[in-house]
Amino acid sequence: MERWWVLAFLAPTLVGLLLGTFGSIFATVGISFTDWDLLTPAKFAGVSNYVGLPSDRLFMKSLWNTLAFSGLYVPFTVALSLLVAMGLNRDIPGISLFRTAYFLPTVSSPTAVGLLWTWIYAEDHGALNAMITAVGGDPVSWLGPKVALYSIVIVNVWGAIGGGMIIFLAGLQAIPKEYYEVARIDGASVWQRLAYVTIPALAPSIFFQTVLTTINAFQAFDYIYILTRIGNGNSTMPTLVFSIYRSGFRFFRMGDATAQAVVLTGIILALTLVYFRLQKRWGEQA
Amino acid sequence: MKWSDTLAFAVLTLGAVAMMGPFVWMLSTSLKPMAEQFDMALIPHSPTLQNYPQLFQIMPFHLLLWNSLKLAMLSVVGQLLTCSMAAFIFAVVRFPFRNALFILLLVTLMVPAQITVIPQFIIFKWLGLYGTQAPLYLPSFLGGAFGTFLMRQYFLTIPIELAEAARIDGASLSRIFFTIYLPLSKPALAAFAIFSFLFSWNDLFSALIYLPSDMEKTTLTVGLALFQSQYSGQWTLMMAAALLSVAPIIVMFLAAQRHFIQGIAMSGFR
Repeated sequence: MERWWVLAFLAPTLVGLLLGTFGSIFATVGISFTDWDLLTPAKFAGVSNYVGLPSDRLFMKSLWNTLAFSGLYVPFTVALSLLVAMGLNRDIPGISLFRTAYFLPTVSSPTAVGLLWTWIYAEDHGALNAMITAVGGDPVSWLGPKVALYSIVIVNVWGAIGGGMIIFLAGLQAIPKEYYEVARIDGASVWQRLAYVTIPALAPSIFFQTVLTTINAFQAFDYIYILTRIGNGNSTMPTLVFSIYRSGFRFFRMGDATAQAVVLTGIILALTLVYFRLQKRWGEQA
Repeated sequence: MKWSDTLAFAVLTLGAVAMMGPFVWMLSTSLKPMAEQFDMALIPHSPTLQNYPQLFQIMPFHLLLWNSLKLAMLSVVGQLLTCSMAAFIFAVVRFPFRNALFILLLVTLMVPAQITVIPQFIIFKWLGLYGTQAPLYLPSFLGGAFGTFLMRQYFLTIPIELAEAARIDGASLSRIFFTIYLPLSKPALAAFAIFSFLFSWNDLFSALIYLPSDMEKTTLTVGLALFQSQYSGQWTLMMAAALLSVAPIIVMFLAAQRHFIQGIAMSGFR
């Protein structure tokens, strides 16, 4: 009797795991060895989808953009949200108002806020360029191919600080106050307290936040879609997810899109493993 | 205040202005007549509400709002039900391979959506559900690692003796779940409901894939993207549209901030 309840309660999750996750992963890998447009039957294509990737200019550009984006986005997001959390973890007036202000971008729809940023960044009459020309500068093409990377990083970091801040704030509030008192009695300076109390106590949060932010970085899509898309399914700063979207759902080249998805997942997996290795080594030394 | 508190206050204020500035700008622009849209004044010279009714005239904005609301509520129901069901079993019942299965579930937290999205798309297409709203809410009824983890953490704080006593008295698992565990877990359910709502309301990728152009059926996010290409340069209208789609979330967030922040802290990611 009880066994049936257990099965019934787990059934949705099991179907989700089997079909939605692991079945789909296998299917994705399978499809990546075919040429398939969903209209005509799939043709076996061997590894040609993978072999073709390095000579696919758009893919290589997306790969490079994704790496460059993540290389900037992850450290800035983690560092800034940690800083904000440390700033907010003290007795200053209006603390809850501050917390709300920093958190609002995180809960707001990136699509809607992205529209606003397209205007801030707009080349003609955009808010940023209006300020620049007002002081006599030349307008900048903020979302053009040259600068888009940095403009996009700024928007994404702006939107992500709040989430990290809450996690770090919870971590900071879990540090016993006595630690700081003891450090102060021992004559530790502000920096020593940071280096020997705060950072070690927060190390697990920093580690997990870095892993999560990295996974998010490689999947960045919404702001990029809203801010950088141009005609015919292109973008001034395509990332891997944008490229997968373009190949799979604009041009229905499913073999190509799945091969890119496998590469993306491989990179995320490899990076996660590296993080865990580093954490282990770091943990052993400490 | 110590000098370091004063410094922190000053820096935090600057930062808060940078975080909130864009929203203020959004509101200000949405209240300007079209002729004033390139005027950089923060306070409109002749403020107007005309952009809002105009928005509903040029596109079925009420349908977009309704679709997003409906899909978000369905997602909340599906996620709350199926995740807490699984979480309850993981927290209360011992069965073979329980830990292995739970770890397998947690591993999916690191699986990027892109590796599963194409087969899912093909399945929905085969089922004839492409172009309907079903692909946007059905997956919510299949559990999920995040919600199951969150709810299990909360269920573990409920003394197991309660369930054991009820079982000795002959209560079935479903009865224990619905009459003991769910009513005791309102704070966790509230926090998780907000998460699921937000996730669905803000989702762009799935809606773009399954309902890319049908203004009657699609969500606010896709509607905004379509609107962006059709009315480019009409910033006053666009900011009114953007504001209407963030306003419900902001109101919800301000009303339930406590649950929200608790929920994140509860998730144990610290």
